[in-house]
Amino acid sequence: MADATTATPGRAHARPGVAPTPPRRRFVPSYARRDQLTGYLFVAPQVLGIALFVLLPLGLIVWYSFHEWNVLAGTFRWVGLENFEKLVTDPKLAPVMEATAIFSIGLVVFNLALALLLAVLLNRKVRGMTFFRTVFFSPVVVSLVAWTIVWSFLLQDNGGINGILQLVGIDGPNWLREGPTAMASVIVVQVFKNVGLNMVLFLAALQGVPQEVQEAARMDGASDRQLFWRITVPLISPTILLTSIITIVGSLQVFAQIAVLTQGGPGISTTVLVYYLVQQAFDFHHFGYGSTLAILLFGIVLVLTIAQWQLRKRWVFYEN
Amino acid sequence: MRSAKALSGLALGAVAALTLSACSGGGAAPDEDIELRMTVWTSNEDHLALFDSIADAYMEEHPEVTDVTFDPLPFEDYTSTVTTQIAGGQAPDLAWILENAAPDFVDSGALLPLDETLEADPDYGFDDLSESATALWHDDSGALVAYPFSTSPFVMFANDSLLAEAGLPSAAEMQAAGDWNWEGVSAAGSTVNAETGKAGFVIRDFDYTTWDNLASVWMGWGAAPWSADGATCTFDSPEMVEAFEFLHDAAFDAMSMPGPGTTADFFAGESAFTVTQISRASLLDGSFEFDLLSLPEGPVGEYSMVGQAGIGVMSSGAHAEAAAEFLAFFTNPENSQQLAQFFPPPRNSQLNVETLAATNPTLTPEQIENVVIPGIEIGVTRPSHTDSAEIGQEVRSSLDALWVEDADIAGTLADTCTAIDPLLG
Repeated sequence: MADATTATPGRAHARPGVAPTPPRRRFVPSYARRDQLTGYLFVAPQVLGIALFVLLPLGLIVWYSFHEWNVLAGTFRWVGLENFEKLVTDPKLAPVMEATAIFSIGLVVFNLALALLLAVLLNRKVRGMTFFRTVFFSPVVVSLVAWTIVWSFLLQDNGGINGILQLVGIDGPNWLREGPTAMASVIVVQVFKNVGLNMVLFLAALQGVPQEVQEAARMDGASDRQLFWRITVPLISPTILLTSIITIVGSLQVFAQIAVLTQGGPGISTTVLVYYLVQQAFDFHHFGYGSTLAILLFGIVLVLTIAQWQLRKRWVFYEN
Repeated sequence: MRSAKALSGLALGAVAALTLSACSGGGAAPDEDIELRMTVWTSNEDHLALFDSIADAYMEEHPEVTDVTFDPLPFEDYTSTVTTQIAGGQAPDLAWILENAAPDFVDSGALLPLDETLEADPDYGFDDLSESATALWHDDSGALVAYPFSTSPFVMFANDSLLAEAGLPSAAEMQAAGDWNWEGVSAAGSTVNAETGKAGFVIRDFDYTTWDNLASVWMGWGAAPWSADGATCTFDSPEMVEAFEFLHDAAFDAMSMPGPGTTADFFAGESAFTVTQISRASLLDGSFEFDLLSLPEGPVGEYSMVGQAGIGVMSSGAHAEAAAEFLAFFTNPENSQQLAQFFPPPRNSQLNVETLAATNPTLTPEQIENVVIPGIEIGVTRPSHTDSAEIGQEVRSSLDALWVEDADIAGTLADTCTAIDPLLG
């Protein structure tokens, strides 16, 4: 195949007294380059989507954080670092961050522990086990708001939970109206909603643990506990990493459950960062400060994800 | 190779289409083919059917308007949804506005002044609009910027069947005996709770969160959350402390009001009394004998509270003038008469037994004459303030400390003032 780019430039049409004009080069991409171009075009819609719906909003959030935007009056005023100064001096931010930390830690620990426990219990070849797996997974596919509304009825002072407790002579607390029980309730409702997903992932990981390794350990005299902690857990550590990242990031994005169950109360004891952010931006119309809080949330998620990713080499089995 | 080229072309086309669709939108507003959108918080089919019929009649007379959409938004997030739409450049042409958000909308200049448009038609009867009904909807220059299409008094519904079951006189008999006051209602509620296990009185939609509904009680003590100019918190006033002492006693000692986290639906027969607006009469299904009375007297005597809703034209809308013209038609005397079957009108000429009785078949003419009309005439609008959402949230979270058995009522109300003082100034 002739390649136009290899022709000698300027000779064929050179005339005395006239500066030689370079011949027009016809760009004919090589097969590999055309292949590359095709690839780029295939990923272009996705790249465009990310640019439009992820990168552009991220950029706008940063831009808005330097402004005060009065939506009703239609004013958009540059305020410099004012919103970041407010972030430092906001007396509510400390309790909000505390609530966020309690919620996230409680959710992650309870969720992962329960999911692993359920996976271990359901990882047996017993008749009817599929039914139980379906039962524990089914909340995952239920509408989040519907699930939360049902729980809000159950957790009322005269609701189903206290009704059951009364049958056994226990006077249950007013779950959603008292600080500690309100936070515990929100965590439990969220864990029961999503524990099935992590359970399925753990179940798949457990079924991937080689039988011969376990048998070898048993022959070496390992107890059930040693087998679990020394063999099973290290072998499923990549899944533990995956589920912990998903659960931590998810825990920092919880909004609907708080809005339906407690509206951030009592007081602000269940006002987590996302809920506070939405309140500031959309209820109080402080879009500038809301954007600053969004940057803070983005930073926290980023740092936690990077930290987990870096730490994986220390505790994830396949990363050594 | 050919297929690769074709696929490349296809992908390029998709990217171009996406880019074009992302970058398109907006443009100059045409004078014809005007499409109007009004955000509302009702999804009641009868309400929407009436709105549609009025809009159809308008479009017949005004061919330049090709569509009028009534866009129902959830009540709970109504104001924040509308403001989010405005922020996103998707402002409605017309919007219902709750009275607690009125100061924000009115003071910001977001609404188009309506006087000129409404006064232009001599048959509109602009002077017929009640002064008290429009008070909340005038801007600093005195211009009317929203039409108060619903001025609905808070009243007390009573379940006479439940009162009889508890061995108590009916609500009317209580009133005749001079016991129609909050102490009397609380005492009756306490008996109902003890005798039947059902609830006494319920401040509907309060649910220990929507605290401004409690104004229907504390106004009886002459209390208010802030001074008339909105600059000073008065939650810590002696009147307010007494009102909250009454409510706390009702919830935790007398057991005449359901406590926090406990629900009781009057219209399902679960409570003896409920404070709510007359529009809720449509929830009565005839399963028990009911009566409708004014709010019980407080220490300061008779009083009334009204809830209001206005319709405003968004000045940032693409068809603000056309929207104002449509609003003038939507609220003219004939259509106001039609709307009166669901929303008590702000027109003096229509605040009469004939109009309201014909359109509220559940209520007797006596109830309308003795309760509804006086309630509108002397009613004070529910509390409102600029930054109402932020103030409301501060008050709600402060008052949470009050809804426990051993609450420090005066201390909590003082804390509430500390929390909202910076926002009132």
